[in-house]
Amino acid sequence: MSGTMTIKLKVWRQAGPKAPGKFEEYTATDVSPESSFLEMLDVVNDKLALEGKDPIAFDHDCREGICGMCGMMINGVAHGPSKLTTTCQLHMRSFKDGDSITLEPWRAKAFPVIRDLIVDRSAIDRIIQAGGFISVATGSPQDANALPIAKPDADEAMDAAACIGCGACVAACPNASVSLFTAAKISHLGLLPQGQPERYRRALSMVAQMDLEGFGGCTLFGECMAACPKGISIDFIKRMNGDYIWGAISERPEKITLGSG
Amino acid sequence: MKLDSKIPTGPIAEKWDKHRFEMKLVNPANKRKYHVIVVGSGLAGASAAASMSELGYNVSCFAFQDSPRRAHSIAAQGGINGAKNYRNDGDSIQRLFYDTVKGGDFRAREANVFRLAQVSVDIIDQCVAQGVPFAREYGGLLANRSFGGAQVSRTFYARGQTGQQLLLGAYQALEKEIARGGVKMYNRHEMLELVTINGVARGIVTRNLVTGAVEAHVADAVVLGTGGYGNVFYLSTNAQGCNATAIYRAYKKGAAFANPCYTQIHPTCIPVAGEHQSKLTLMSESLRNDGRVWVPKKREDVGKKPSEIPEEDRDYYLERKYPSYGNLAPRDISSRAAKEACDDGRGVGPGGRGVYLDFADSITRLGAKEIAERYGNLFEMYQRITDENPYEVPMRIYPASHYTMGGLWVDYNLMSTIPGLHVIGEANFSDHGANRLGASALMQGLADGYFVLPYTIGHYLASNKFEKVTTDHPEFRAAVDAVQQRTSRLLGINGKRTADSFHRALGKIMWEHCGMARNEAGLKQALREIPAVREEFWQNLTVPGSGDTLNQQLEKAGRVADFLEFGELMCLDALHREESCGGHFREEYQEAGEAKRNDDAFCYVAAWEYTGDTSAPVLNKEPLEFENVHLATRSYK
Repeated sequence: MSGTMTIKLKVWRQAGPKAPGKFEEYTATDVSPESSFLEMLDVVNDKLALEGKDPIAFDHDCREGICGMCGMMINGVAHGPSKLTTTCQLHMRSFKDGDSITLEPWRAKAFPVIRDLIVDRSAIDRIIQAGGFISVATGSPQDANALPIAKPDADEAMDAAACIGCGACVAACPNASVSLFTAAKISHLGLLPQGQPERYRRALSMVAQMDLEGFGGCTLFGECMAACPKGISIDFIKRMNGDYIWGAISERPEKITLGSG
Repeated sequence: MKLDSKIPTGPIAEKWDKHRFEMKLVNPANKRKYHVIVVGSGLAGASAAASMSELGYNVSCFAFQDSPRRAHSIAAQGGINGAKNYRNDGDSIQRLFYDTVKGGDFRAREANVFRLAQVSVDIIDQCVAQGVPFAREYGGLLANRSFGGAQVSRTFYARGQTGQQLLLGAYQALEKEIARGGVKMYNRHEMLELVTINGVARGIVTRNLVTGAVEAHVADAVVLGTGGYGNVFYLSTNAQGCNATAIYRAYKKGAAFANPCYTQIHPTCIPVAGEHQSKLTLMSESLRNDGRVWVPKKREDVGKKPSEIPEEDRDYYLERKYPSYGNLAPRDISSRAAKEACDDGRGVGPGGRGVYLDFADSITRLGAKEIAERYGNLFEMYQRITDENPYEVPMRIYPASHYTMGGLWVDYNLMSTIPGLHVIGEANFSDHGANRLGASALMQGLADGYFVLPYTIGHYLASNKFEKVTTDHPEFRAAVDAVQQRTSRLLGINGKRTADSFHRALGKIMWEHCGMARNEAGLKQALREIPAVREEFWQNLTVPGSGDTLNQQLEKAGRVADFLEFGELMCLDALHREESCGGHFREEYQEAGEAKRNDDAFCYVAAWEYTGDTSAPVLNKEPLEFENVHLATRSYK
C-alpha cells in the first residue's frame, strides 16, 4: 500500500434548480488510494458538515455499480477516467497525489439540476412509460420453457438489458441525446419473441417521447458508448432506427404518446 | 397483544388453494374505489403495486430514490429459486419447501413456506413473459445453477445480475401502470410516519426529499415493502440508503417486530480494506459452485503468497467439515467456519480477516473462457475494488451483513398486528426462519408482490368498511406535527459529530456483540453501550443546512436515530433467545462447534410489542408447529 494523497477539488455548487451555480474549491487530504471516489467525497463532506457548511450533494446508493443512481462529470468525463466503471466503483488509485479534479453534474436540458451534482432524470422513466415494457398482466403467462429462445438472442438481449439507466450516455453526448438508453430497452425487448407483438409500436412511442422530453438527436458521435459503464453497444441504436423506420412505414393508428412532465 | 397467524386448516398442500377460494373478492367495478399505498419499489413493492393496479385498485407508490428502478433489489446477483424441476434432478415443491424449512433451522412458519414454494414456479413464468433475459442453454431452454443448502439445481439466473433483471421486469410493469394512470409514483419521498385511526392503518406521512415538504397521504390500506435493516451494522452489503425507518415507525405505532436478532451474515464479501470504507461488496454465492474455499493449514503460512502454499498445506475447510455439501454449505454455517479459521490465526490478507476463494481448479477444468461466461462481471467488480486479478490469484473474502430474516410480524395474509398494514418482502419475517437460503430472497419478494398480496389485500378491503377520512383528521395532523418536530429537533442540536460518526459507532457495537457470534456478556454490554451512544446523538449531533431543501445529512440523521433505538431491540431479542439457530449463534449453546437449538423452550416466533420510549418492549410468542418437516438437527455433513 502506498501513502496517502492530497487532491484539489473544484466542485459545481448550486443551491436549487433556479439558483445560479458556481465552482468552489476544496482540498481533500489524507486520501487513501484504496478508498473509492465517493468515500473520498464522504470525507470532504464530513469536514464541511463539522464546519457547519453545506456538504456537496450527490446521488448515490448501492455503491457497487448497479443501481445507476450515481454519476457526475469528473474532469469533463462522465463517471471519470476508468473505462466501464461507474463513479461509485472508481477508486482513488486512478489518481495521483496532487491531482486537481473538477466535478460537475450531468449537463443536459432534459436533466435539470436539483442541487449541486444531483440532476432530475425522471425523463428516462417517462421514456420507459411510453413503451419500454411487455404488456403482460400478472398471472397470465404460459410455462417458462414453452417458448425456447436461441441462446445468442437471449445473450444479446441481456447485453442490452444490462443498461443501468444512469444517464452517462446523455451527459457524454455533444447533442445530449438519450438514444443509447432508449435503444438498449428497445433492443432488449425487441430481440425476444415475447417482445414482438409491441415491437414497432414500442419503437415509435419511445422515440417520440425522447423528442418530447427535449433530448437531442443522435448523430452517431459514439461518445455515449465510450462513457457507458456497462459497455452498451452503439449497434443497438442502428437496431432502434431500423425498428422506428419499419414502424413508421407500416404505422397503424394505435400509436400512443405521452405528454412531458 | 393477540397473535393470530390465520393459517388455514387442512393439509399443507391444499391450504393456499382453499384459502384463495374462501377469501372475499372485490368486484372489478369497485376496485378503483379503493386506494392502496405501497411504500418501497423494490421487487416486493414494485411487483405488488403493478399487480394491484392491473387488478384495478388505485395505487400510490413511494420511493426515496429518484426512480423505482434504483431499489436495492437491483444489486442481487446470483439468482432466484423455482421448483420447476427442469433438470429432472428430483426437485419438487415439496423439496423446495423442505430445504427452506430446514435451511431456516426450523424457525419459519410451515404454511407460509409451502405457499412460497408453490408460487415459485409461477414467478419464473411471469418473469420470462415480461422479457427477463434469463440464461439459456443452446437448445433455447432455461439454464439453472446450484445454490447453497440444496442438492438440486433450481436457481434461474441472468449472468451475475439476476436482481437487476427481475427488478427491471417489475419496474417496467410498474411504469406501464403509471402510464395507464393506475399508479401514482412518488419518487424522492421518504415515509417518516404511519398514520393509524382507531388502531387501523389509514395512511402515511412523507417528506419530499427535494423540497422538504412534509405531506400526509390517506389510503384504505398501507403496504410496506421497505426492505431489511442490515445497515444497523453500518458496514454491510446494503445500499447506503437502506434503512429501518418505515418498519421501525410502524413498530412504534403498534406493529409487532418479529425475530429482530435473525440476521444473515453472508460468507462471500470483499474484506474490509480501510477505515473510511462506506460499504462492503458481495461476491455472489454462485461463485461457490466453482470456487473452493481454503485457508493455510499452518499459521506461519498466512503471510505467504497463495501460490507458494502447496496443496497439502491448504485446509479446504468446508469440504473437510461438510463433505456432502462442501463449498455449498449454507450461508450461516460457511460464515461461522470462516470466522473460526480467522479466529484461529489462519486468516489471510490485511488484518487476517479473510479466506481464499480459489478458482484455479475450475479454470483448469473448464477454461478461463467458461469461467468468464459464468462470472465475468463479478470478477471484474472484484478486480476494480481490490486491484487483484482473480483469474490469477484467489479472491479474498470475508463474511458481512447482507440480509435480515427478522422483520415486522405478519399473518398468513401478510398483514401485521395493525389492521390494514401489510408487510411484504424482506421487511416481513415470515418465510426464512433463522437463516435464508441463497436465491430465496428474490423468490420471496416477488411471491409476496405478484402472487400473495394481490389476493389477500382484496380480502381485507372486502371484509371491512372504511370511513372517509381526510388529511385534516386529528391523527394525520398529529403525525405531520410529529415529523416536523423530529426534523426541527435534529436540526437544532448543533453539536460536534455527524450522523455518520454515530452510525459507525453503533455499527461497531452491533458487529462486535450482535454479529456472527453472540454471548450473554457481550449482549449485555451492547445494551449498556447503545443507550450511551444514543444519548450523545441527541446532544452532540450536527446537521448543517435546513429542513426545507434537499438535505442528505438530515435524511441520514433521521435514519440513524431510528437505528439507534432499533439496535437495542435486536440485542434484547438476541439476549432472550438462549439457543443457537441459523444466523443467531449464541456461543453458550453449541455442540461440537455447530448451532444447538432448544426446541423445548424456543420453538416460537418472538414478536416484540412497543410499549413506550422508557418502558421495555413486551415479548409475545407465536408457537411454531412442524407437522410436515420434522424437527431435527440440521446437518450438512
